[in-house]
Formats: sequence, C-alpha cells, structure tokens
Amino acid sequence: MRQVRNSIVVAIAVITGIIILVGYFIELPVLKNLRIMLLHYAVIFIAVALIVGVVNLVQVHWKKFQNRQPGGVYSLILIISLLVTIIVVGYFGPTSTPSLWIFSNIQIPVASSLIAVLTVVLTYTGVRLLKRGLNLFSFLFMATVLIVILGTVSFQGFRIPGLSELRTWITQVPAVGGARGILLGVALGTIATGMRILMGSDRPYGR
Amino acid sequence: MNYVYLLYIVDSGILGLGFVLIFFFMMIISAIIVRRRDEPLLREIPTYSKLKRSINLSVESGQRLHLSLGSGGINYMQGGSALAGLSLLKRLYRMAGLSDRPPVVTSGDGTIGVLSRDCIRSVYEEVGVREEYEPTSGQVSGLTPGSYIAGTLPVILDQQVSTNILMGHFNSEIALLADASERRGSLTVAGSDNITAQAVGYASTEDLLVGEELYASGAYIQASTMHVASLHAQDFLRWAIVAVILVAGALKLAGVL
Repeated sequence: MRQVRNSIVVAIAVITGIIILVGYFIELPVLKNLRIMLLHYAVIFIAVALIVGVVNLVQVHWKKFQNRQPGGVYSLILIISLLVTIIVVGYFGPTSTPSLWIFSNIQIPVASSLIAVLTVVLTYTGVRLLKRGLNLFSFLFMATVLIVILGTVSFQGFRIPGLSELRTWITQVPAVGGARGILLGVALGTIATGMRILMGSDRPYGR
Repeated sequence: MNYVYLLYIVDSGILGLGFVLIFFFMMIISAIIVRRRDEPLLREIPTYSKLKRSINLSVESGQRLHLSLGSGGINYMQGGSALAGLSLLKRLYRMAGLSDRPPVVTSGDGTIGVLSRDCIRSVYEEVGVREEYEPTSGQVSGLTPGSYIAGTLPVILDQQVSTNILMGHFNSEIALLADASERRGSLTVAGSDNITAQAVGYASTEDLLVGEELYASGAYIQASTMHVASLHAQDFLRWAIVAVILVAGALKLAGVL
C-alpha cells in the first residue's frame, strides 16, 4: 500500500513538473491555463507551508524553553513577541500605527544591529583570511578588496589618481566575467537538479 | 543567417526547450555509460573528501552535524540550491540518523522546512524506526534572511555541532554562520548559488563549494548513477557553452555578427 502511495506521489511530482516546464516554453492555451492553475495551487500550498513554518518555529522554541536549554529564556521572549505581533497586526491591521510602531522601533533596529555586527565580522574575516596563510588567490582577493574600497571613497576630496578607473575596470570586466562564469555553472547545476527531480531519480520530498 | 528568424527561435522558447531536451538526452547517455563502469569517473573535489571524512568521524564520536539549507524557497530560482541540500540531507540521516545525536537541519522557508521534515521522517520509516522521528529535527529558524541567521546561530553555538554544512541560498550574512562555526572549532563546508555569499564564503571558510560544485553533493556523497550522469551532462554542456562563447566572440571580432 505504501509503495503505491509513494508511486502516486512521485507521479504527481513528475507530471506537474513536466506541465509547468513545457508550458513555460510552448505557448499553447490549454497548457498555459493548466500551468497557471497549478501555479495558483502552488501559491496556496506555499502560504500554508509558511503557517506550518511558524508553528514549527514555536514548537522548537517552546521545547527549548521547557527543557531549560541554554538561551531558553530568549525562546520564551520570541514566542511572546510573536503572539503580541500577531494580535496587534491582526486586530489593528498591517498598516496601522501600532503595527508600524513595532516595525519601525523593534524590527528595523534589530535588523540594523545585525548588519552592524556583520560589518565587523566581515572585516575580521578579511584579517583571518590573511592569517590562514597568504597564497596567490588570497593575495588577489585582498588586493581586489582594497582597490575597490580605496577606489570608491575619497579622502577629504582627494582621490588616488587612476584608482577609480582601475576599480571600474575590475568591477566591470574581470568581476563580471567571473561572476557570469559562476552563474552559468549555477544555472547548469539548477537544471541538473530539476531534471533529476523530473525524472523521479532525486526525491527531496520523502520516499 | 536571417536575424529575424534567429530572434524568433530565441523568443519562442524553442531554444530553451531544446537545451533542456539536450540535457535530458545527455543524462540518459551518461547514465548508460556510468552503469557500465565499475567506478564512477569523477574529478577530485577536496571539500567533499573532507566532508565525507568529517561525517564518518561525527558518527563515530557521537557528535552532531548541522545542515543549513538557507533562506531560499522552492518558488524561486534560489530553491535549486536548497533542493541540492535536501538530497544530501537524506544521505546524512541514513549515515547518522540513528546516532545519539542525530543531525539537525535548519531552513529559512516554510516549504523547505516541510520538505526537510518529510525527508527525515522518510529515512526513519525506511529503517523501521518511525517512532524515533522528532519534528523539531527539521527546524524553521526564521522566515526572513536576517531572522534565519539569528535563529541558526544558537544551533551552531549551543548544540555541540562538529560539522556545519551550509548549503542553500545565503547572502553576505553567511559570514556570521561561518564565524560562529569557526569559534566553536567546527568544520564549515559552505556552498551557495549567490555570488556575494560565495565571495564572503571564500574569505570566511577554507572549504568552499564554488558554483556548480554545490549541486554535485549527490554524486560525491551518494554516488548514485543519475547523480553522476547529471554531473557528466553538466560538464559536457559547460564545454559546449564555452565553445559557443568563443566562436561567437571570434565572429563578433571578425565583424560577422
């Protein structure tokens, strides 16, 4: 019975994938309508998955608080904050003054703090790269970082001659070329992953 | 060549569909060749060799593995990298799921969270210990990139993780995860579809999966026929694209295009 159920699940995934893929490339009205209908279903599933995700988040943090794991108090604060936000936004509406107050005075400062910490960590990461041992590639990496930073800023209106042009050349020629090469690889990898799922040989959704 | 005809081919999607079909046939041909070989022919990627060793060591020493699937959802292009991570997840659970400290998986999207739990449950069912499954092994740590990182940091810092595998869609915030992992003395293997995350990953970790290497996890860790075949098809088409770019460049220089 389980085998039959698994085969049905794989068949649904494969057929849906093929309809969406072919419908994307070929403009047939029947295929187009079917594709749009399936995509609408997908949007509903994604919205439900979002709710499931929030429930899972609460489950994980409640368990952490109950088991008195390190940082359990923060988990309780997270759950209380989540409930307060849901009640406030649900009662007053997402664009009301209390909802916007939460957004402007809690969420934005917390996100900004994370970005601030990230700036420090990125600087430290650069130093750690040099500490790991300087080779040709790490030297090129750090030299490029320095040229791009120094070529972007000016010191009291003074710019090092030629550095800005060198920065422009680096960001527009070798950096773009390299990025495109990597993105081509990523695109091929994404196609390969999609093809394996379409063929049913890769099943990232259970058995 | 008539340019109007060329533009029609590009616009109509025939070119895209043709590319996908070529990829499909290349995979089938490669699969037949791979089946005939005793050993799959794969180039050495040191990061995967290190990861394999680290997974085995973690299982033996009873330490935890952490797989971070990033904050991309399957409804976007970024979902491809998370799907590659999910393939690895099944393998990780087959190897370490029954240990005292089973791997922990974090994701920043509802759909990927559901899929990760489904994969974990299926592995427990496969080995006949369905009751061992815990829904909290596949965690949704946060639903925005920032909150995801903030929610994942305690997993790396507090759960005695020996290996952190960051495989999915990240931005520059990947540096925070790699830094936390480094501070705990854990091995960090990072791979992302995002260029910024790859650049930051290069500086913050010694074991980076660059570009398409991220999608090769199935071939290197699982070594199943279709994974290896898709990798060969990928390599063949990459060389074909390189040839097309070079020929087009030469024609452009010659003034033909």
